[in-house]
Amino acid sequence: MVAEWFFWLNQNNPLLLGLIRVLFVVVAILTLVPPLIWWERRLLSWMQDRIGPNRSGTVTIPSSFPVKGLAGKKIRTFGFIQPLLDGVKLFTKEDITPADVDRKIYFIAPALALFPAFALGATLPWGPNTGLYGILTPVADVEIGILYALAISSLGAYGIVLAGYASNNKYSLMGGLRASAQLISYELAMAMSVACIVMAVGSMKLTNVVVEQEKPLWGLIDGVQNWFIFTPFGFISAIVFLIAIIAETNRAPFDLPEAENELIAGYHTEYSSMKFAVFFMGEYAAMFIFSGIFAALFLGGYNMLPVNWEHLYASTGNQLFHVLDNANYWLAPIVFIAKCLGGISFFVWLRATLPRLRYDQLMDLGWKSLLPISVVNFIIVGIWIIGTELYGPVGGWGAAIAAFVVALVLYLNILNVSKKGAPVAEKRTVTMVSTPKRVVTMVDPIKLIKTFDSVVTSKPQLKMKLNMKNARGGYKR
Amino acid sequence: MTLNQVAFIILAVIALLGAIGVVFLKSPVRSALSLVINFITLGMVYFMLGNQMLGIAQIVVYAGAIMVLFLFVIMILRSQHPEEDTSLWKDRRFVFGLLGGALVVALIYNFVIQPTQSIYGAEFDRSYGSPQAIGQTFFTQYVYPFEIISVLLLLGVVGSIMLAKRKF
Repeated sequence: MVAEWFFWLNQNNPLLLGLIRVLFVVVAILTLVPPLIWWERRLLSWMQDRIGPNRSGTVTIPSSFPVKGLAGKKIRTFGFIQPLLDGVKLFTKEDITPADVDRKIYFIAPALALFPAFALGATLPWGPNTGLYGILTPVADVEIGILYALAISSLGAYGIVLAGYASNNKYSLMGGLRASAQLISYELAMAMSVACIVMAVGSMKLTNVVVEQEKPLWGLIDGVQNWFIFTPFGFISAIVFLIAIIAETNRAPFDLPEAENELIAGYHTEYSSMKFAVFFMGEYAAMFIFSGIFAALFLGGYNMLPVNWEHLYASTGNQLFHVLDNANYWLAPIVFIAKCLGGISFFVWLRATLPRLRYDQLMDLGWKSLLPISVVNFIIVGIWIIGTELYGPVGGWGAAIAAFVVALVLYLNILNVSKKGAPVAEKRTVTMVSTPKRVVTMVDPIKLIKTFDSVVTSKPQLKMKLNMKNARGGYKR
Repeated sequence: MTLNQVAFIILAVIALLGAIGVVFLKSPVRSALSLVINFITLGMVYFMLGNQMLGIAQIVVYAGAIMVLFLFVIMILRSQHPEEDTSLWKDRRFVFGLLGGALVVALIYNFVIQPTQSIYGAEFDRSYGSPQAIGQTFFTQYVYPFEIISVLLLLGVVGSIMLAKRKF
């Protein structure tokens, strides 16, 4: 029914269908941001061995409740509505505008930070490009798909830079400057790593990228999908791209623009209430969409598993594979969102694990490591393409692996040569002689008391037992 | 009026306002921002014409990379309120401005509007602006200019590194 209506719209009213496509993306992001915040806080608290927000939304059913099994029970949501309450709190807080800010730019900046995050999703396919999903996604299946994402993500710097500038605060300005420098440096590596995939696919359309990944693995193994993360060059560009998107979204190891300990939250120091909430939301929306782009580029997009069910069904005739093929088609949006969530969990994991980089380390990583790696990778993709065209898949992979080896040997040689002239730094190390062993044994006090109660004990232990009972409110001495 | 025309008029008005803002706004940051608005709306006009590659290049290169650097420089210099011009030139500015504006309008009419009257509503292949088509022309018809420009850009990169590395 609904599907037929969408097809009818596609024929008769494409403009309305276009608006519906936009709504799908925007509404999905808007509804998913609060759960994402909850998920990040809970996951982070679990990783850091804290409790985290777990209270709000717990409903205790009164003991006078007529249904017997439910009376006096608690319904827990594990703090799921905490982000909602935080949102209400932020929106009802006093909105303070400092006196000396550049007013117009100060007001525009949060909007400019939010806009790219939403606009990024325009070329992202969250479902197969055939049948019903084909007309619902992506918002615009343009030829320049990936370039569009790169362009819009580069506009994301404006919100932060202008917020830093307009706040008329030195720390904010520093945050803004760092953001723009960071973005410019990591954009290059990101674009180069994406270029490898574009070259391997032969198209910039994100839908084509995903369809290309449904082909046989390495061009050799039928029935297994060729997700780019399984190919050598794809794996390298996936790592480079992942690091670049973390830098691009100003997330944990790269959150220099908002470093709390040096810049007092950087560019949004002077923002309060709703405007701060908008920055916050923009960050999460960007994280979500970038995870989606990563999934589409390297993780086979909306495909559930790297298995080509259709091929298996055609070759074996087993009805189960046909069912799984259909499931793969209809569950595509859920699988895609699950992959996005996986990406965000990875972001949180990094935040819990890695300390913030120093500024020079950040620049070194971007310019001296990621960019050369992705450029070499780009050349190797070219060699792979030519090898495949001339000698078939096996020849292509042989050429690519040979190129990898040559690149590695060259790199090691260059490293050796550059080391030769350099002054040898004295190595200073400390070796621990006979490390003292400190053993702490944990004792459960309640068990201790129980054992004391049962065993007849000597005097000092008896004293301990009495004290313990006192502490528990047992009896007075 | 078709939908295309409505969209074009909206984009054109925004682009023009942005262009005017670049000249007339006092604060350098604001005028740089108007330039960004102008670039992005121009990119959208290219999209409307079906030239996706040019439009996105406009946004990536000008709005994305160059303008961030531009803002960077302006923010560091912090020349927010330039001194008011008190010379004789100030009184005559309006007259000369009108004359110059008239000249620009006449030139645009003569060299842009009049020659393009006849190609209004011309039929063309919508894929002419796709990355594939542009790549084809770059590597077949215009391969020498393309390579020369890339060498020029490489020289620029090497030169800037040399300048930055030189110890004064």
